[in-house]
Amino acid sequence: MTAISVTVNGRPHTAQVEPRRLLVDFLREDLGLVGTHIGCEHGVCGTCTVLLDGRSIRSCITLAVQADGAEISTVEGLADGAELHPLQDEFSEKQGLQCGYCTPGMLMRASEILAGNPDPSPAEVREAIASNLCRCTGYQFIVEAVLGAAERMRAEKETAS
Amino acid sequence: MAAGTRGGQHRECALGRSPLKPPPFDYAAPTTLDEAIGLLAEHAGAEARVLAGGQSLIPMMNFRLAKPGYLVDLRRVAGLAGIRREGDTLVIGAMTRMAEVERSPEVAVAAPLVTEAIGLVAHVPVRNSGTVGGSLAHADPAAELPAVVLALDAKLVAAGPGGTRTIPAGEFFTGPYGTALAPEEILTEVRLPVWPGGHAFTEFSRIHANFAVVAVAALVDADGDRIRRASVALAGVGPTPVRAHSAERALLGTSGDAETIRRAAQLAAADLSPAGDLHASAETRLTLAQVYLRRGLELAVSRARNER
Repeated sequence: MTAISVTVNGRPHTAQVEPRRLLVDFLREDLGLVGTHIGCEHGVCGTCTVLLDGRSIRSCITLAVQADGAEISTVEGLADGAELHPLQDEFSEKQGLQCGYCTPGMLMRASEILAGNPDPSPAEVREAIASNLCRCTGYQFIVEAVLGAAERMRAEKETAS
Repeated sequence: MAAGTRGGQHRECALGRSPLKPPPFDYAAPTTLDEAIGLLAEHAGAEARVLAGGQSLIPMMNFRLAKPGYLVDLRRVAGLAGIRREGDTLVIGAMTRMAEVERSPEVAVAAPLVTEAIGLVAHVPVRNSGTVGGSLAHADPAAELPAVVLALDAKLVAAGPGGTRTIPAGEFFTGPYGTALAPEEILTEVRLPVWPGGHAFTEFSRIHANFAVVAVAALVDADGDRIRRASVALAGVGPTPVRAHSAERALLGTSGDAETIRRAAQLAAADLSPAGDLHASAETRLTLAQVYLRRGLELAVSRARNER
């Protein structure tokens, strides 16, 4: 077993993990944060996407020990209490999901995209979310949701400043 | 743990737990290179391996295609990540994340071929973790970066128990997933000569960001209208990336006109003997190699002209 310390959604955790423990299993099984889904388990589908120090990673091909000392953000950390994050709200409003399996990964990837580019073009959103597979929506509504959230987040930022 | 407990995994699978998990292994995250090398030597019997970003190794372990009994994680070793310019050489530390290289203005200026190729390596979340050294040491025959370092005549620096040595890219790749690195050696940096002319990285893949079926790294340097230097490497057409020397020779002294490029692509393809697999037959790969050689050379030549 190896000792690790990680901060997940702002909360520090220390744990003893088997070196082979995948980060996604650590989050789901050890911390009970089952919002992050497991899909292909070999780094292709993207539903296990979380942010590590602000950057999106595939938690199914990352060992928990590799995250030692890092700050992890998962879908559970997006909402502010009962208030949904603009991305979550827009995914809901624009029907950016059907079965919902890809949604946690999509949301985390989208949050990284908008952190780096608050005003992406539809083409930029399409290319950026190509890392995550959705087999229901045909992506159209996901793209609209991300663009809608971008607009709202820009407006909120302007109001705040 | 290590080798002795591996049999237990089958029982776990039979109990209905997901089979796509790595087999057990022992693990260390040393803070110095010497320590890392020592651990690799010490655990050679357990098939110790280096863990860089893990973006190829961990999926292979999930599939049980790789079963190292010991992993030496390089993430805490100081001095292995970073990008710096040393005169006419761009030095990229082995643990530098691909995404960092992709965003680096220094790389875009000194080695735009690297920037262009890295944009085609998987997707952003993989490039956020995956490292330059990891991709090179993994040596997938369809990967982009091995073809890039081969075209650039880069030097790869490896540290081992006896000190460091420099391996020319042309001698580094020995077979599919095989390199000149000894089991207890660690790739520490890649030294890329700054190419003064035009570049192009083009590839065919069935889905954007998949491994290339065929990829071409092309470099052309012109003096006035005459090509004075050309360097071309391909991935996906053999067990290792290969240089297309006949195409390079065919371009020298010419203006790089369409007919010369077409002939150079033809000559290069004649030297190739790719194997067919489920992604593409040998014939398809040969055709793709010609097409992408042509496109890559045309782009590199036009950029070489616009450089002036």
